[in-house]
Amino acid sequence: MTKSTPRPSSRLAPALAAGPEKTIIHPARAGWSFVKPNVIPGFGLTLGYTVVYLSLIVLIPLAALFIKSATLSPEQIVKIATAPRTLQALRVSFGSSLLAAVVNVVFGLIVAWVLVRYRFAGKRLLDAIVDLPFALPTAVAGIALSAIYAQNAWIGWLVSADGPLHLGWKIAYTPAGIVIALVFIGLPFVVRTVQPVLEEFEQELEEAAATLGANRWQTITRVILPRLTPAILTGFALAFARAVGEYGSVIFIASNLPNQSEIAPLLIIIKLEEFDIPGAAVIATIMLLLAFVLLLVINLIQVWARRRYGDV
Amino acid sequence: MAMYEEDVAVYDSRRPNEPPYAHSRPTTEPRWIKWTLIGIAVVFMAVIIVLPLLVVFIEAFRKGIDVYLKSFADRNAVAAIRLTLTVAVIAVPLNLVFGVAAAWAVAKYEFWGKAFLVTLIDLPFSVSPVVSGMVYVLLFGAQGWFGPWLDDHNIKIIFAVPGIVLATIFVTFPFIARELIPLMQDQGTQDEEAALSLGATGWQTFWRVTLPNIKWGLLYGVLLCNARAMGEFGAVSVLSGKILGKTETMPLYIESLYNGNKFAAAFAVASLLAMLALLTLIIKTILEFRYGDELAGTRRH
Repeated sequence: MTKSTPRPSSRLAPALAAGPEKTIIHPARAGWSFVKPNVIPGFGLTLGYTVVYLSLIVLIPLAALFIKSATLSPEQIVKIATAPRTLQALRVSFGSSLLAAVVNVVFGLIVAWVLVRYRFAGKRLLDAIVDLPFALPTAVAGIALSAIYAQNAWIGWLVSADGPLHLGWKIAYTPAGIVIALVFIGLPFVVRTVQPVLEEFEQELEEAAATLGANRWQTITRVILPRLTPAILTGFALAFARAVGEYGSVIFIASNLPNQSEIAPLLIIIKLEEFDIPGAAVIATIMLLLAFVLLLVINLIQVWARRRYGDV
Repeated sequence: MAMYEEDVAVYDSRRPNEPPYAHSRPTTEPRWIKWTLIGIAVVFMAVIIVLPLLVVFIEAFRKGIDVYLKSFADRNAVAAIRLTLTVAVIAVPLNLVFGVAAAWAVAKYEFWGKAFLVTLIDLPFSVSPVVSGMVYVLLFGAQGWFGPWLDDHNIKIIFAVPGIVLATIFVTFPFIARELIPLMQDQGTQDEEAALSLGATGWQTFWRVTLPNIKWGLLYGVLLCNARAMGEFGAVSVLSGKILGKTETMPLYIESLYNGNKFAAAFAVASLLAMLALLTLIIKTILEFRYGDELAGTRRH
């Protein structure tokens, strides 16, 4: 600021002083400003870098996908999207993801409840291994799961016709195998969204319910569960979203038959390998749009929960 | 915690003849329900989560330690391990710088469109790995926007190492930022303001005040980012072209071995990644246990 002030000796000084009077409004008093005034330096640098890096790595590539789909004619898009193979792949992906997310809600809720409410030996260990699916690479999980559920060993053998139980079940290379892989990768999402809410649940509410004559079951279903509902729905949506896009852990345990048990991400890869870029782009766009819808749903749940309970 | 203990003797005047232990507190469940639930949780976790981890090691050592060690003598195995490390060494620091910059911008200032920016940063988590890889094919592939130009200048991105690096950066993009943003928001701006008012420059403030405040959160984010970077499969598989010994990372090499029915070798390489996962979990748990207060992101995935 001081640099721009003309030196007193300058001959221009009187001329400048005589110019139109400028009133300087402090940004804090100005009506609207992009950023609230702040003494901490680096706003331009950090925000600029964030936006440029975000655009280069994420936004421009994702925009390329939408533009690619938009250059196709509507008939072409409909033709690709309603092809029997595409529909079946989407049905397999969505169906098994939905089923896996439901399983995860049931067991995730039990795991979260046990971790928060009870004390037992090995509790800390149980808590730590909940995150294993986040840490274990999907390809490793995939080959391990297919080894476990294939008919010749482990659980696959146990439930097969040759096993001690003579059940004659097949898990690997059937839809059940896909669901098991998706349950594996989705579990932490439910546990880790429900657990903090349960931890912060006001126990006084349970005591109040009990003093008002509610039995334990009524307290759980009418006082605790409604409070957990936003977290359960968020966990469900997160697990579902992750499952729909999952590739690595599924392809080893699924039979990957076209028109039968092929998942949508695999179909994208197959179309790319056949250089059918438009086909791959349309399916990818459908999946991306679904991901955006789920993201929106999750945000709406959080807004609703915040309005109702003050936090999530 | 005592609140949840169920065997507190309660004297109930309505049923004085029953022994006191038959009653339970109204805010907990009967003992049998408690142990049934614990049993369900433990068995479910053991079968679904722990068994796959155990099986990796059991299958890896099934044919003896010699076969296990021989799996790593293979030239392609060494190349895969080296490529995985290279990719992580490039991708993690890039996302680290981005994460710190983004967290600084989001946490220290109030600006228009902030919530939207945070949503955009989280975006790669919602995108299927396969789609993450394929968007770069649309940009840099033979039929892509920059494909012909890259071809003229003899630059290879798709089916080469740069593509693998890009895909890895994309899928690990939010890890460090989303760990640091809530942490730095919690910490506020008072420390930095104090440093600045005492005459520190912006960089001095960052290196001597902010960085020590966020170091554990940063380590936590780097840990998770690195685990994902080394283990990423879907996105990388679209872009690698799977040239054995050249563009195969460890997860892709595992797939090649498995599909080639070399199960022992596949599980041997997988056991390395499983050990990485275990190590990540252990350090993560230690960080949460010791520095829980300094990790805003604890349990918020």
